[in-house]
Amino acid sequence: MTNKVRNILLGGVLALGLAVPAGAEELRIGFIAPTTGLYAQIGKDMVDGFQLYLDEHGGKLGGADIKLIVEDDQGKPDTGVTKAKKLILQDKVNLFIGGLLASSGYALAPVSTAEKTVYLSSVSSADDLTQRQLEKYPYFLRTSWTSSLPHHPLGQWACDNGFKKVVTIAADYAFGYEVVGGFQKAFEDCGGKVVQKIWPPLGTKDFGPFIPTMKADADAIFTVMVGPMALQFPKQLRGSGVKKPIIGSGVSYDEFVLPFMGDEVIGDVSALHYGAGIDTPENAKFVKAYRTKYGKMPGYYSENNYSTAMWIDEAIKQAGGKWPGPEQFIKLMQGIKINAPRGPVSMDENRNPIENVYIKKVEKTKMFGYEKEELWNKVIKVYPNVSQFWTYGKEKFLAQPVYDRDFPPCKFCE
Amino acid sequence: MMSQKIKIMIVIAALVAVALVVPQSGSFVVLLVTRALAFAILAMSVDLLLGYTGMSSMGQAAYFGVGAYLTAVLATKFHIGMGWDFWLVVVMGILIGAALAALFGLFAIRAGGVYFLMITLALGQCVWGLAYRWNSLTGGDNGINMTGRPSFGLDLSNDVTFFYLVFAFFSLSMLALYVLVRSPFGKSLAGIRERELRMQILGYNTWLHKYIAFIIAGGFGGLAGVLWAHTNGHVSPETVVLTTSVDALLMVVLGGAGTLVGAAIGAAIVFGLREFLSTLVPWWQYALGAVYVMTILYLPMGLMGIPKRWRQRNQGKGGETKTLASKPS
Repeated sequence: MTNKVRNILLGGVLALGLAVPAGAEELRIGFIAPTTGLYAQIGKDMVDGFQLYLDEHGGKLGGADIKLIVEDDQGKPDTGVTKAKKLILQDKVNLFIGGLLASSGYALAPVSTAEKTVYLSSVSSADDLTQRQLEKYPYFLRTSWTSSLPHHPLGQWACDNGFKKVVTIAADYAFGYEVVGGFQKAFEDCGGKVVQKIWPPLGTKDFGPFIPTMKADADAIFTVMVGPMALQFPKQLRGSGVKKPIIGSGVSYDEFVLPFMGDEVIGDVSALHYGAGIDTPENAKFVKAYRTKYGKMPGYYSENNYSTAMWIDEAIKQAGGKWPGPEQFIKLMQGIKINAPRGPVSMDENRNPIENVYIKKVEKTKMFGYEKEELWNKVIKVYPNVSQFWTYGKEKFLAQPVYDRDFPPCKFCE
Repeated sequence: MMSQKIKIMIVIAALVAVALVVPQSGSFVVLLVTRALAFAILAMSVDLLLGYTGMSSMGQAAYFGVGAYLTAVLATKFHIGMGWDFWLVVVMGILIGAALAALFGLFAIRAGGVYFLMITLALGQCVWGLAYRWNSLTGGDNGINMTGRPSFGLDLSNDVTFFYLVFAFFSLSMLALYVLVRSPFGKSLAGIRERELRMQILGYNTWLHKYIAFIIAGGFGGLAGVLWAHTNGHVSPETVVLTTSVDALLMVVLGGAGTLVGAAIGAAIVFGLREFLSTLVPWWQYALGAVYVMTILYLPMGLMGIPKRWRQRNQGKGGETKTLASKPS
């Protein structure tokens, strides 16, 4: 009986596994996103963004027919690796994109090296992949951002706008460290002081133990809230009577969560390389198309994948409508400058985008001809063409270690 | 009643079939089966505790995790374990798993039943917390990437070669555990499972027996971890997280506790549904959930209990089936 069960199972596995994909002239693209689990909604937003561009272009990129294969990594790096292998070995994809969490990015990049397959990181923002570890991953290219990229300008902005002392409160994991690190570095280099760093665990819902410990003499609070945390923190902070201004990472106020927030977030400032409130014709067109199709506001998860599709479109066009091979493809991608909804984007020599960073303020207003008053991330300042090295220069920046819980050290904490 | 000999023959035939058929299938299937086999070693170690000793450990991922992290840290920080010294790492992985279990056992074995479950859960989470927060060693949430698999004459970066290696470890583990549970020591564990007090009255030091079983299970957990690290080339706190422990426990219950083979079948089914079915359909979670619920409701002895139930039905004896899983220790 044992072997019967096993054989049936194995038979099923084999029958399906041996179904060899048809080798047509089409371009096969694998897409890895968490479509189940805690991050399922974000995963869907990622796929939707890419799909929107495909649908707008008749399912073709650069003249080639696209076969998009979406795989669910369940938000787990291990599963992501398995799914990437499945896409490469079984579906024979030309390239794969996606990966949400920084940890997914770190896990997927080595797969691209081992299997000599292009991996475009369209969301995952782990700094070091395009910094100190770059040479390990020749088939890796990022179309999104590094965690610290938008937060260097934000540090500068906070300093320029008269903030002197800031308390940071950020989700306790690598992404939070890199975001805070970027902000703190630029802010303190300009003369500001980070006087306290608080690290609630990832997924914290009750900030009761953390809010009272925040130093009273700070001018502002810098937040990095991920997923459901983003919704809870401002509500609880204002509820407990703290009226200090919030300047935050863009993920704390991404359109993924913004429509569900209350009026208490009006006036909060955040920075990111995208926001649905960017007032340009390109973005207006994108926001309207996205809302019409999916009935919601696009956040950066969607935009980054939309513009990734745009990027591939251009690269394949330049290659004459055919897959040019992984090395050539990476080379082509590096030379392309696109005009995405997020603004003009080009590629630096470390295969990371150079893009605009938007300092945004939440306002209740009408935009793009929509009737209703809604919360929008209105752009209050643009830092154009920001690179991951900010103003420090590549050599000098890479000489310092990757941002961490204790780097930069908190010199002004008591 | 099938004789023990026939059962063994069936298992061997199934193993041979796996060894012959899998390498012929697509490379993704090879990878998937390799993962399932590595994890099945962990599941069998849980079965030793749950099925044979009556202790439901909720922290088995801890030993799995230290084995995996040991492998990754040695490979990336000290360049140990990528050649012949891979075997050294295997031994170290087993030892570190066993050593951690020896430490945790001191706390956990004092309790029984649900208290044992809670303590192992808490201890397991300690290891997860360390993996998550000890950034300088574990890379925190980002985990550790390893570059390639070991090569020592055998090039393990070839997925099929690696499959054979993991398959060999799996078969040997199963054999070792089979010999163990059939030994007088194994019988004494079963005695503890059935009625600990009686064993104590008979003069057995039941605490020591349980402690040793716990350490052995930890050793196999460490071994599974070493293989797991090389299967993925990546170790992260996700490897040590509570759901890994729960998965292993569910696999055992699903396949049938106290059978060893059941743990392997459970692993095959869970991996098949979760990592293969999920590439085909979006509703794979419902399928997995349904399988769990059906098993608990209708097959309290797991899939391995099917033949027995079948016989009972045919003989019209009615179901006086014993639930090993829910028996207090």
